[in-house]
Amino acid sequence: MAADVETLATVEALAGEKYAHGFVTDIEQEFSEKGLNPDVIRFISAKKAEPDWLLAWRLEAYARWLALDEPDWAKISYPPIDYQALYYYAAPKEKVGPKSLDEVDPDLLETYKKLGIPLKEQEILAGVEGASRYAVDAVFDSVSVVTTFKAELAKAGVIFCPLSEAVREHPDLVRAYLGTVVPTSDNYFACLNSAVFSEGSFVYVPPGVRCPMELSTYFRINASSTGQFERTLIIADKGAYVSYLEGCTAPMRDENQLHAAVVELVALEDAEIKYSTVQNWYPGDAEGRGGIYNFVTKRADCRGDRSKVSWTQVETGSAITWKYPSCILRGADSVGEFYSIAITNNRQQADTGTKMIHLGPGSRSRIIAKGISAGRSTSTYRGLVSVHPKAKGARNFTQCDSLLIGKDCAAHTVPYVEARNGSAKLEHEATTTRLSEDQLFYAMQRGLSQEEAVQLLVNGFVKDVLQELPMEFAVEAQKLVAVSLEGSVG
Amino acid sequence: MLKIDNLHVRVGEAEILKGLSLSVPTGEVHAVMGPNGAGKSTLSYTLAGRSGYEVTDGTAQLLGDDLLALNASERAAKGVFLSFQYPLEIPGVPALTFVRAALNAQRKARGEGEISAPEFLKKAKAEAANLKMDFEMLRRGLNVGFSGGEKKRMEIFQMAMLAPRLAILDETDSGLDIDALKIVSEGVNALRAADRSMLVITHYQRLLDHIRPDRVHVLAAGRIVASGGPELALELERDGYDKYGKAA
Ligand SMILES: Nc1ncnc2c1ncn2[C@@H]1O[C@H](COP(=O)(O)OP(=O)(O)OP(=O)(O)O)[C@@H](O)[C@H]1O
Ligand SMILES: [Mg+2]
Repeated sequence: MAADVETLATVEALAGEKYAHGFVTDIEQEFSEKGLNPDVIRFISAKKAEPDWLLAWRLEAYARWLALDEPDWAKISYPPIDYQALYYYAAPKEKVGPKSLDEVDPDLLETYKKLGIPLKEQEILAGVEGASRYAVDAVFDSVSVVTTFKAELAKAGVIFCPLSEAVREHPDLVRAYLGTVVPTSDNYFACLNSAVFSEGSFVYVPPGVRCPMELSTYFRINASSTGQFERTLIIADKGAYVSYLEGCTAPMRDENQLHAAVVELVALEDAEIKYSTVQNWYPGDAEGRGGIYNFVTKRADCRGDRSKVSWTQVETGSAITWKYPSCILRGADSVGEFYSIAITNNRQQADTGTKMIHLGPGSRSRIIAKGISAGRSTSTYRGLVSVHPKAKGARNFTQCDSLLIGKDCAAHTVPYVEARNGSAKLEHEATTTRLSEDQLFYAMQRGLSQEEAVQLLVNGFVKDVLQELPMEFAVEAQKLVAVSLEGSVG
Repeated sequence: MLKIDNLHVRVGEAEILKGLSLSVPTGEVHAVMGPNGAGKSTLSYTLAGRSGYEVTDGTAQLLGDDLLALNASERAAKGVFLSFQYPLEIPGVPALTFVRAALNAQRKARGEGEISAPEFLKKAKAEAANLKMDFEMLRRGLNVGFSGGEKKRMEIFQMAMLAPRLAILDETDSGLDIDALKIVSEGVNALRAADRSMLVITHYQRLLDHIRPDRVHVLAAGRIVASGGPELALELERDGYDKYGKAA
């Protein structure tokens, strides 16, 4: 069959050019000593000029981490991680922190340019009109390189800065909220993060303020043998609104790199946080060599009445994804949403989903999860909807759809439901479909190439989720979906 | 336009087309009739380039070009259109998006520029009106939840938008109610043109009352066993396929 031979050739041709962000930036770096011990933690804390309470907090987390076991319940398998063979801190060498873009190492700026991330405010303003303006915090390995639009945000009272800076400039806010959503000992990876986190973003939106632009952070792992442990904390005070996007890439390396992040969101009364992720860490090669191990804890506390948090994620990268962005719906009539596209190809493994914990009366949640598996990958949706006795009239709607491309991949759906309240209304729908040869032929008969046909069908499959992303990122994500699946049909 | 000579096609283990020859001159409409399982859909899939339909012998040319050397999308760009006997559903992709992507892919393959959005929309509105289709249907997932008749109408809409050189209509009439049959036939007749040929596969003479064919062919057991004018269809309607040996 000619078509199959052709497809194989396409797969081979594309295999080498699939991951566009795989370059390494050759830049002078400063590292902590290899491995993990209290001295390394002191070193990190000192580098960040942290107050004593934070160092104590880290050391306590480290002590707890030593007593924990790595979780093994997820449907993923990987060789044991040697936590003593990693660097826990790597930073571009520079005299003092850059005051402005002019002081930033030009190689770094070049890196971000290659990644398509505009850091120069003038360029952003010149290139794109009004709505497309967004502020960027760029994190390179363990440190934040630059944050744009700070002055304009400050005018609105919005704080958007690296977490380490927030610790120095806004210690009361940080201390009041840090670890209140994801406690240090929450789980193995969150605990590790609490001990060694090096950078991340901090956002505070004051009462009644609608953040005047999209905020975004781009994480880049560059150094080899280095773990990335960023920590993000976002607080939307009463009646505030903020939309935040996180993007991630890493060079192509043969080794596996560890990424264990923590994200905490707090929404007070009538506040709304929209958190979007486009995760494009290096997924490893076709044989499963290299790639990022992505063990991430993301949780939102809908603390106030009528507060709302929506998580939207497009997960295309990483060798392993272990990630369950969750909402604790504490406030009355609070709302939690989870929209997810998880794509696995080649040997990638993803175990991802969400938890919606209904504590407040009238709380509502909505879960739309789309999993696409190709190659020899596995993708698992793992979800928990839990309704507590006080959450009278809680409602949940869950829809999990899996799309399989080819014969060697697998998709699993593991939805847990705990309803301890008779008045709760829970709906669940799940489908699994294989990308059909018939549909592909139909589209090709109309003139689309095989790649275009796959793209069109997949875009149709993920449309409900893509439309939840901010406009400019939806376009980016759509391209990413296409690239991730290039040559996957055979 | 289309010249098929001694075509042998295997599907899986079985040989379905066994030396089929057929010519459709440019500008003509030919009907193909024949019993169930004779190989009519196999012929249309083979011409459209579906994988799994293995040509073991014979040739098929479109305006002198070897069709069999091209893949499905290349054939589409050359102007081959197949109205499917069973149109597929494409969830999440509105008909408008689908057709526009297809049209632009064809134009790109032919070295032409993309059609502008307003021009495309204008054309789509006009064709939908001709076929008495609710324009809102074109904004929903292609064919998703459509009735059998609505799907067939959508096929003809696509044909009108893509303006092919060779249109193969595989049982476009089955599933249509009386009014729809008339509307679709009018739609097809409107597309008859001096530079376009059509191969109309049907079981029923009544379609040929609406779409008058230049020639009628009988396909039985993988071969064209008889050809004639429109009167052949009337004869088949009366006598059935007995005399052509119904069994394969
Ligand atoms: N994948 C396949 N493997 C084996 N035999 C097949 C396959 N697909 C079709 N056939 C056989 O090929 C023969 C021709 O089928 P085809 O669909 O071309 O008939 P048709 O003339 O279009 O019939 P109808 O009038 O019912 O639409 C049938 O006997 C059918 O069972
Ligand atoms: Mg048929």
